[in-house]
Amino acid sequence: MTTLSAPTMTKKSTRKKTRNRATAETMAQQQREISVSEFFAKNRHLLGFDNPRKAMLTTVKEAVDNALDACEEGGILPDIHITVLPLTETRFKITVRDNGPGIVRKQIENIFGKLLYGSKFHRMKMSRGQQGIGISAAGMYGLMTTGKPVLIISKTSRRRPAHEIRLKMDTSKNRAEVISDEEHREDDRLFPDGHGTQVEIELEGRYLKGRQSIDEYLEQTAIANPHARLTFQTPSNETVEYPRAVDELPAEPTEIKPHPKGIELGTLIQMLERTEQKQLGAFLREDFCRVGPTKARELAEGAGMTSRTWIKNVGHAEAERLYQSIQDVRITAPPTDCLVPIGSRALLAGLLKEVKAEFFAAATRPPSVYRGNPFQIEVAIAYGGALPGDEAARILRFANRVPLLYQQSACSSFKAVVETSWKNYNLSQPRGSLPTGPLVIMLHMASVWVPFTSESKEAIADYDEIRKEMKLALQECGRKLGTYLRRRKRMQRESDRRVVFERYIGEIARNCQAITGVDAEKLYAALLAQAQRKTEEADYQLDEDGKVVDDGGRLASDDGVVIVEERQAEAGEESAAGDDTLFGDDAPASPKKRGRKTRRPRRKSGRS
Amino acid sequence: MAKKKTVRKKKVRKKTASGRSAAATRSANAAVSKTRDKATLAKIEQLGTSVAKAGLAQRDPSVEIPVRAVSNMRFNKKKRILEMGSNTQRRNLFNLGQAKKFMQMVLLARGCKDLVEAEKTLSLRGMYYMGLHTIPGTKEKTFDDQGDSDAILEDLEVSLDSLREELHVFAKKRGTMVGNITIVDNGDEIDCRRMGTGGYAIPSICEPSVIQFKKTDAKFVLHVEKDTVWSRFNEDRFWETHDCILTEGSGQPPRGVRRLLHRLNRELGLPIYCLLDCDPWGHYIYSVIKQGSINLAFESQRMAVPDARFVGIRAEDHERCDLGEEVKIALNDRDRTRAKQIMEYPWFKDKRPWQREIKRMLSQDFKMEVESLITKDISYVTETYVPERLAEGDFLD
Repeated sequence: MTTLSAPTMTKKSTRKKTRNRATAETMAQQQREISVSEFFAKNRHLLGFDNPRKAMLTTVKEAVDNALDACEEGGILPDIHITVLPLTETRFKITVRDNGPGIVRKQIENIFGKLLYGSKFHRMKMSRGQQGIGISAAGMYGLMTTGKPVLIISKTSRRRPAHEIRLKMDTSKNRAEVISDEEHREDDRLFPDGHGTQVEIELEGRYLKGRQSIDEYLEQTAIANPHARLTFQTPSNETVEYPRAVDELPAEPTEIKPHPKGIELGTLIQMLERTEQKQLGAFLREDFCRVGPTKARELAEGAGMTSRTWIKNVGHAEAERLYQSIQDVRITAPPTDCLVPIGSRALLAGLLKEVKAEFFAAATRPPSVYRGNPFQIEVAIAYGGALPGDEAARILRFANRVPLLYQQSACSSFKAVVETSWKNYNLSQPRGSLPTGPLVIMLHMASVWVPFTSESKEAIADYDEIRKEMKLALQECGRKLGTYLRRRKRMQRESDRRVVFERYIGEIARNCQAITGVDAEKLYAALLAQAQRKTEEADYQLDEDGKVVDDGGRLASDDGVVIVEERQAEAGEESAAGDDTLFGDDAPASPKKRGRKTRRPRRKSGRS
Repeated sequence: MAKKKTVRKKKVRKKTASGRSAAATRSANAAVSKTRDKATLAKIEQLGTSVAKAGLAQRDPSVEIPVRAVSNMRFNKKKRILEMGSNTQRRNLFNLGQAKKFMQMVLLARGCKDLVEAEKTLSLRGMYYMGLHTIPGTKEKTFDDQGDSDAILEDLEVSLDSLREELHVFAKKRGTMVGNITIVDNGDEIDCRRMGTGGYAIPSICEPSVIQFKKTDAKFVLHVEKDTVWSRFNEDRFWETHDCILTEGSGQPPRGVRRLLHRLNRELGLPIYCLLDCDPWGHYIYSVIKQGSINLAFESQRMAVPDARFVGIRAEDHERCDLGEEVKIALNDRDRTRAKQIMEYPWFKDKRPWQREIKRMLSQDFKMEVESLITKDISYVTETYVPERLAEGDFLD
């Protein structure tokens, strides 16, 4: 502006200067700390509160995830009640109640009122929650949209009273303000087990069924958590039950220390500043995993120091050398017993319960490591039955047993599915996209730290190691499916064949009689017998009770495979009419109870 | 239809003169066909018996069908005709892809048997309807369309080693004849000099038992590709001025026309000249007339005219006759591939003039129709072009 201005403009420019130029001092008056809560209150889309519908889902999700985590840590089989009560068209009250160990009184306002407060951020342990943001953010969203505080009722044991607390977040201070604090002596109505927590949040929302809905989230949660029982009271006051499929809690994951290869220079410096150890050797041994005395010495010497170097003498330059030395030295991969996969059996049980398919296969990969973090991939697929046959396959993504509903195409798992060549397994797959067919693919990543692409935890970041493991697991399941499909196709062909032969035999017999005078009845019977003999392979397979697929019993005896025969018939017919969700609403069929199917050859009636 | 009417008229006219003799030939021919029919019936019964026997013995019934493809066809250099090789393919009942065709074959065999026994003939379309019905207990028809039944009939012909006419089946008639000849068709005397503008419709079956040649002054036969060109020649009474017979095959000539040409050549010793388009399809029509077709190689013996000559249109004619740019039709990819295929056929391969001809057409990269000569003058083709070629003796062999 000034450079362009001609001398005639001087008057104007001076006036402007006096009016509105900030000085360092005036600016300093405006500069102040931004609290985390303020930041997220403004950027709530980062946490999954972009729109009323998603906000409601995120709220339910955070509350249920916390409830499941709490129950599992407390060694209790989860029994969770979710209620979505419509107050007006756009306002809902969400209540989530669990039978977990409860929360002690003094932690309540921290857990529900403070962002980035939690037990899970600082440790290396597999859990659903990671950052300590979710439930407080949900409460904050409710407060901002309705002005209503969060209501928490928690009971830790039969002998102690239940606490009923109303909390209001103070976003500028990232702290909660207690509005009311009552004690209930006898609240066994809510907590029949004598312990548990209930959260109630009133918020602006929108309830819709279908994709990315609360219903879908709960369905998928039930699949990945077959040990949990979920009861959902819908806005239309119906009760939907997701029964428990496995009466056994998953093993408790162990906590591990960070792996040297998994940290960055900044983290290393921070750890050096915070460590309780005095000497470098002890620091390396105690604060990391997979480092013993020998390895510690090797690392220290690689950086021009010794195990006895005092920590206080390790400055920035030394830390940088130490970091380099860590990169150069070979260190054993982190322990993997910290991972608790869902397991093939539980995966199949969960999928079987919720998906009306005919074929199920599951594969669990051995643990692997990305950036020093151990992780493990599991895949299960469901095929056929009442699943819609002409659409792209559906992917159910899970990270530490939590369903991921948004940003599918940004997720590493999506890329892994697309990159897998499904054509090899008798499925059609348009170039560069998902396979099409009646297929549901379930991918689960278990890790002490799941690398999400954003705070709202919607997609897994695309690390090569992760994608590779996913593809291997997908291929393993795909191979089983391919075997099954080839088998089924052959059976189908055989029985088609017989129908074709039977159709023409009558014609041939009749015309042969006209040409040569041979007895048509006799010839027909002879040809029919031959047709049956030629196609008896199909007969054998269809008549065999319970063992439809007979490839030397390999597929049938596979632990990771379940075939539900009574749903096979549905595969040939049109998929369930008017059923827009992929999960049918019939009672799930037990894989053990298999229908007997015997196809008898139809006899021709019109013969001369 | 039109032909029938003419025949009926002729009958009325000729009744007084030669009615008795026509009836006599008819009965004589009937005796010939009786013995032939017996042989055909025996062959059909043999087929039926083999199927029934195999079926009752719990074997997979099958029929051997000689392969009708380039692979099973060889060029007999001595006879200068195409002959069918000895390769056969087996058609089984208990084979998913063949079951229906097997059934259709038995069905049509029975139909032919009924026809022969009733001493009647049917058209290909008639045969299709005869075998057509819904298979009991299903919604499936025995044939999807006439194409199915036509193909099966050809299979039946080759596997029974009986000709179509022996099975009492004929095709839709196509092709016309006019000229200096009198023939007897099923006992009716037909003077081909008095056929008006329509001409004598060449029947599908031109066996000696049906058609006999009576009197001819013709010196040669000119066969043209299409009806339009033929009409031009007929209107100009080319056959009268040049003492010849004029035939036309509506594109690729049907069996009747080819059989007739063969007989005119063999029995009357008339040379056959062909006037066809200058394009791969015209060349192949010539090849079929001369050597026989790949599909019906088994009938070349009775149909091919190894002495046939190609009059034109030649590739050089555009220059020679000073034709305009407008008559050029650009070759497309299919034409080019087809032309190269034809060049490679063994019966073209050794003929230098033909290789030159096709090469020239390819290098000029356009084709011409006989009608292109009309741009010179309406009757250029009949008054100048063909007479000049005949006088010069400028043919391709």
